[in-house]
Amino acid sequence: MKVTKLGAIVASAVFVFAACSTSPGTSAGDKGTIDIWSSLPRQGSSKGQTDTIVNAIKLKIDQLGGKVDGWTISYTDQDDSTAAAGKWTPEKETDNATKAVADKNLVAYIGTFNSGAAKLSIPTLCTAGIPMISPANTYPGLTVTLGAEAGEPEKYYPGGCKHNYFRVVPNDNLQGGAGARYAQSLGATKAYLLDDTELYGKGIADVFEKTAKDISLQVLAHDQAPGKSTDFKALAAKIKAAGPDLVYYGGITQNNAGQLWKDLRDALGPDVKLMGPDGIYENAFIEAAGAAAEGTYITFGGPDPDNYTGDAAKFKADYIAKYPGSSLEGYSIYGYEAANVLLSAIEKASKAGAKDVTALRSATIDNLAATKDFKGVIGTFSLDASGDTNSQTFTGFKVVSGKFAFDKDLTPAK
Amino acid sequence: MHHDGAPVSILFRIVANPLELRGPSVDIVNSVPILGPCLADLSQCAEAFKIGLFNGLIIALIAIGYTLVYGILQLINFANGDVFMVGTMLTWIGVSFMGLREGSPASLVIVTLVVLLVATMLITAGLNASIERLAYRPLRNAPTLATLISAIGMSFILQNVGQAIIGPSPRSVPQLLSNKPLFEIGGVSFALNELFVAVITIPLLVGLTWFVQKTRQGKAMRATAQDREAAGLMGINTNRTISLTFLLAGALAGGAGLVVALYYGQTWWFYGFPFGLLAFTAAVLGGIGNLTGAALGGIVLGLIRALNERYVDPRWTDVVVFSILIIVLVFRPTGILGEKIGERA
Repeated sequence: MKVTKLGAIVASAVFVFAACSTSPGTSAGDKGTIDIWSSLPRQGSSKGQTDTIVNAIKLKIDQLGGKVDGWTISYTDQDDSTAAAGKWTPEKETDNATKAVADKNLVAYIGTFNSGAAKLSIPTLCTAGIPMISPANTYPGLTVTLGAEAGEPEKYYPGGCKHNYFRVVPNDNLQGGAGARYAQSLGATKAYLLDDTELYGKGIADVFEKTAKDISLQVLAHDQAPGKSTDFKALAAKIKAAGPDLVYYGGITQNNAGQLWKDLRDALGPDVKLMGPDGIYENAFIEAAGAAAEGTYITFGGPDPDNYTGDAAKFKADYIAKYPGSSLEGYSIYGYEAANVLLSAIEKASKAGAKDVTALRSATIDNLAATKDFKGVIGTFSLDASGDTNSQTFTGFKVVSGKFAFDKDLTPAK
Repeated sequence: MHHDGAPVSILFRIVANPLELRGPSVDIVNSVPILGPCLADLSQCAEAFKIGLFNGLIIALIAIGYTLVYGILQLINFANGDVFMVGTMLTWIGVSFMGLREGSPASLVIVTLVVLLVATMLITAGLNASIERLAYRPLRNAPTLATLISAIGMSFILQNVGQAIIGPSPRSVPQLLSNKPLFEIGGVSFALNELFVAVITIPLLVGLTWFVQKTRQGKAMRATAQDREAAGLMGINTNRTISLTFLLAGALAGGAGLVVALYYGQTWWFYGFPFGLLAFTAAVLGGIGNLTGAALGGIVLGLIRALNERYVDPRWTDVVVFSILIIVLVFRPTGILGEKIGERA
């Protein structure tokens, strides 16, 4: 114990010495270490997705030789889930954000996976002036007022702190709308909407409902299917009585979507179409729903991992080369893209003369907000001051023989 | 209570103007959340009743486990719900091991299910009895709270074992029993998987009641529940009787697990909590310690949930269930049928 402590003191003394001795102005040499954290659910059924996101972040850092403009990158993979919950918990995410603020070398925070978790960490990090970039949050209220609750998004940026939050995925205003148009293109005329009562699920179903009205797709009702219900048989009987030709579920696998699917298929038979958003675009959903998943339509804000072209295909090849035998999930590429645009912003900040962590943080935020026509692996995109991407790539998938099969490109014509 | 003018004058006005009474009274019937829409479409309502009844039978099986153990030890065996979860898990393992899927030959399905039912019930019975032997018996003379915490601990252990084996998400069990309508009664159709629920749960409920009421061992259980020391003095081996009680409770939980795995089509490490809570509530509602009460409480709870989900809003299910529990306990602190235990406690 004593030895370890002594070792730590020596190490930190050496480090402080090293940090102090770095003379200002040297551009190529060792400028010190900067920390980058990611906060993602690393246990529970999102683990499959987040494993690939973390791998993709590591891939990007490795491609840069672990350095950005002379700063050594120290990347830490934080977990915002617990084994007992099987998904993210408010306590863990709050804890991660608080610890991030206490880390004096931290320059940026990659996360979160779940929109509900982002609501908790954005204000904490914003107040501390730490840039945050998410590879997966899609809830609109984090950045814009359309499709948001009252007081959003201002309440996440308290006391006029500089807007620190960005995301590389299109938000649900686009995805809910893409779902409604997809439903109509499949020939649906009467839709029945469900949501899992959570921020993400309700938000996306609300946008679906709004878009459906705009394109005159009839919405029979919008009900709730709470995730803690053990079965949805009575609800399914109610839906059957209403006679829809499509049921849309805004929600995630972890809120017992498998049981919902079984009960819906049981009551409605094979002819009524079932559709959901990217919250069920994971193998865990197919495992849980079994045969009932067959024929399900799914929208996803990104390209199809099996049909990447151009730089995306190169990313996939690099990824498979580094992690042989693994396969990509829908969000893997966004993990890479988040690290990509973030590290480019940090590099720019350092080159423009940011000498310490505080200056790096502030300039990185400015650079992210000014991202214009960034050539990423998913294509060329820009980020705006509210933190949103202008990328509008959407793909429709259909579950065929227990696999997500590409069905249709839903990207709106420009 | 002292009289003042207001109520009388309201009464007078209503009586004086019968038209005023007629309008609202019709509205009142229609605005009762469940009754109105239920009367409007009887076959829909019967459908909700059917769903509630089958769910209720399953809850009843688990509830009996709580009530049996409470009756004999005054202990809420929190692990009972998780023993049930192990039952769903064993069924999933058995079905996967045999490679059964939708459309497997009927004879193979029947043989496997019979073997699985027996095996699952034996294993969960043994599991529940071992929990008693390991975690509760050493604490039998300790304060009640210690045993209770021990029970919560066992519940967590089983949950984590379940998560380690099943994984974090629910896992699908193939639809071995057809969900296609077999026959119809009054506009309500019944499928094979629903009949299966009744075929397993009802004989188990009846059989258990018979066992406790009519057999020698059942008599010993009742005697131990009434007064453990006196029963011991009369020559009843109380430790063995308590073990038997846990065996029975575990077997019923296992049976319920098999039914849920096949009827709901899932196993989930988290199942123990929601089902355990419902079953425990059912046991209290019916009068904890009373077998018929637990069965009745389970069925009542199943019906309330289904009707609420059909006609009110699934988000309010827990609120409705627990409000009814509170109302029943305020007026009948011993539950619907729980007189004997109430007197003694």
